[in-house]
Amino acid sequence: MQEVIKQKAIELLSSGKADRVLGWKEGEFFYDITPAVFTDVKEIEEKFVYNAFCGPNFSKYLVAESRKDGKIAVFLKPCDTYSFQQLLKEHRILRDKVYAVGIPCDGMVDIEKIRQKKIKGITGVTEAGEVLQIDTIYGKKEVAKKDVLAERCENCKSKKHVVYDELIGEEGDVLDSHRFDLVEKIEAMSEEERFAFWQNELSRCIRCNACRNVCPACTCEKCVFDNPASGIDQKAAADSFEEKMFHIIRAFHVAGRCTDCGECSRVCPQNIPLHLLNRKFIKDINEFYGEYQAGADMETRAPLTDYQTDDCEPSVILTKGDQ
Amino acid sequence: MQVEKNFEPTVVAFCCNWCSYAGADLSGNNRIQYPANVKIIRIPCSCRLNPMFILRAFQRGADGVILCGCHPGDCHYTSGNYFARRRMTLLFSMLSFLGIEKERCRVEWVSAAEGAKFAATMNDFVATITRLGENKKLEDLRCKK
Ligand code: SF4
Ligand code: SF4
Ligand code: SF4
Ligand code: FES
Repeated sequence: MQEVIKQKAIELLSSGKADRVLGWKEGEFFYDITPAVFTDVKEIEEKFVYNAFCGPNFSKYLVAESRKDGKIAVFLKPCDTYSFQQLLKEHRILRDKVYAVGIPCDGMVDIEKIRQKKIKGITGVTEAGEVLQIDTIYGKKEVAKKDVLAERCENCKSKKHVVYDELIGEEGDVLDSHRFDLVEKIEAMSEEERFAFWQNELSRCIRCNACRNVCPACTCEKCVFDNPASGIDQKAAADSFEEKMFHIIRAFHVAGRCTDCGECSRVCPQNIPLHLLNRKFIKDINEFYGEYQAGADMETRAPLTDYQTDDCEPSVILTKGDQ
Repeated sequence: MQVEKNFEPTVVAFCCNWCSYAGADLSGNNRIQYPANVKIIRIPCSCRLNPMFILRAFQRGADGVILCGCHPGDCHYTSGNYFARRRMTLLFSMLSFLGIEKERCRVEWVSAAEGAKFAATMNDFVATITRLGENKKLEDLRCKK
């Protein structure tokens, strides 16, 4: 697949259909893939990659990139197209400056999960169908790809590209995912257990703001977390609640717009399961205001910019048992 | 949670200017009693309530926070309270998800003519918060003496 996509990138650039190509290249380590803007064919030939570590979602880059001169071509995995469409809907991306190529994806691998299998000194990973062949300084190892998939790919919500100019491969389908299972499990805990669970998770946060920076829904030019007058810009939390406050506000600001792309959890250096907070909002929105998938279409109004006169009252929370 | 004998909760009531604030005024004019624990903060409309105001109030020492606005359909700006209703529902649900006592937050619709309802609501809310005891999970330790 990498070759097909690479050829497409070269074709787009040399035919003049695009002036720049947004793709992936290797970063510091082979599994540390970073986004890159390519402007010449030679560079693409040498550096362009598409493999099981190409997690980065390019949608957010297009906010700035589509405002530059010329046209940019971009490669989007199915879940990335939801973020892209959500941004189009919010008028954040200039559509006619972007040439979007939908590409197939069969799941991204989480290097941490390979390490958790006590595989050390990893020097390379090659995909061979369902298995990953891993080169280490201690010799070759093998793992099943499905055992080391990133959380968001384990619970992939859709293989369908919702918007593109051109598609490589076949049109996929919206999947039946189990992404709310863990949310339900936490809801079923007692209040004290929930408090302890989150205290444990959130107290690890180092306020690097990576989750905010990477989020395609977070595109405010002036963010509350950079505003010294907001009282929530601190890098170091002064007390245990301040940690929670950051997370509540971050998740709340993207509620109804979060496509569940999973980028926030992917980049968190502390492995905090941020997706659980986002999914709690998504699940509640589905329950209270009807099924809604951000980015799935251009027409439906986002749930928090809409209302029905007969919406439920906030007191439903009180009567929801112990949740 | 241990409830101290003479625990006096601090309750913050955000009241929209056009209905609930007037409702609070009316209850005062009619000399209907409600507890002095309630600190009223006037806001232009219930939808002015940024979720952060609630969290901030808790952080700085409130034991309970209540939002009062015009009845649905009666908002001075037509639809503010409908938006507020959705936001508060989601926020309260999230607080509960994080293990925070869900009874500490409430939304109540009080019109300018409902002085008695305002007082009754506050009496009931303060009683609930007194029963719950001090807010320990959301406080900022720096703000407590
Ligand atoms: S909050 Fe996380 S999952 Fe949701 S859109 Fe932002 S990065 Fe993606
Ligand atoms: S955290 Fe809130 S204010 Fe900051 S960029 Fe995201 S949505 Fe905007
Ligand atoms: S990425 Fe993780 S550690 Fe960094 S601010 Fe977000 S939650 Fe905290
Ligand atoms: S003015 Fe009272 S709720 Fe909008």
